[in-house]
Amino acid sequence: MGIIAFFVIAVVAIVGAAAMVVSRNSVHSALFLVVNLFCIALLYLSLNADFLAVVQIIVYAGAIMVLFLFVVTLLNPAQSESPDRLRGQGWVASVLALVLLVEVGAVILSGVFATVKSSAIPPTVNWGDNVQAVGTLLYSQYLFPFEVTSILLLVAIVGATVLAKRRL
Amino acid sequence: MLAPLPYYLILSALLFTIGIFGFLFRKNPLIMFMSIELMLNAANLTFVSFARFLGSLNGQVIVFFIMTIAAAEVVVGLAIIVSIFRARASIDVDEIHLLKD
Repeated sequence: MGIIAFFVIAVVAIVGAAAMVVSRNSVHSALFLVVNLFCIALLYLSLNADFLAVVQIIVYAGAIMVLFLFVVTLLNPAQSESPDRLRGQGWVASVLALVLLVEVGAVILSGVFATVKSSAIPPTVNWGDNVQAVGTLLYSQYLFPFEVTSILLLVAIVGATVLAKRRL
Repeated sequence: MLAPLPYYLILSALLFTIGIFGFLFRKNPLIMFMSIELMLNAANLTFVSFARFLGSLNGQVIVFFIMTIAAAEVVVGLAIIVSIFRARASIDVDEIHLLKD
């Protein structure tokens, strides 16, 4: 049952990603990406990462995609793409992507990860539920990176404001 | 019943490859940004599946940080795209080949 659900979610995720890439309309691309992000959130749920699944939906599907849609509607979405400046860009892109896929697939299937046993124990078993466990870890062991993240967000806010203003 | 680890890794590799393809193939910077988001999500999926199968929570915390960085990156990147559009009335990346003017 779990494996069937995994395959259904995986197919929807891949179709959403592919449709996002080939879609001519930027708004359609953004909506296909939302489909993909929802599927990944479902996979997080299947992997006992409840907190991240909810954060994925709120932050990605909520905030980031709304930002994308704002910019898409702000710019002219009906512009068609210019003819290739690089000749054969599509072919080169396909070949490079395919080579990368073969490389990564070969590494994964070569059995490097065979030592990782499918331990059926969820990682949160010792710390209570998932949200509590992630929060405890975030505010103890990862406290300094967490604080640095706030500086990063501040820099992003200032940068976006400076870039968006016409005259300072 | 949980799907085994290689299934998740292969799915993640496929999504990452689609993201790479989109980034190299499309010339609309918005779609290129969405492809970057897709690649980041594929990497996140790998982190979470390893966190699950190794029985450790550190991967989930790292994914949390990656999401923060993705949000910051998108905000600054979209601001740059908007200011380029204001200056040139075009956002095709093939048209943006001058550092000045």
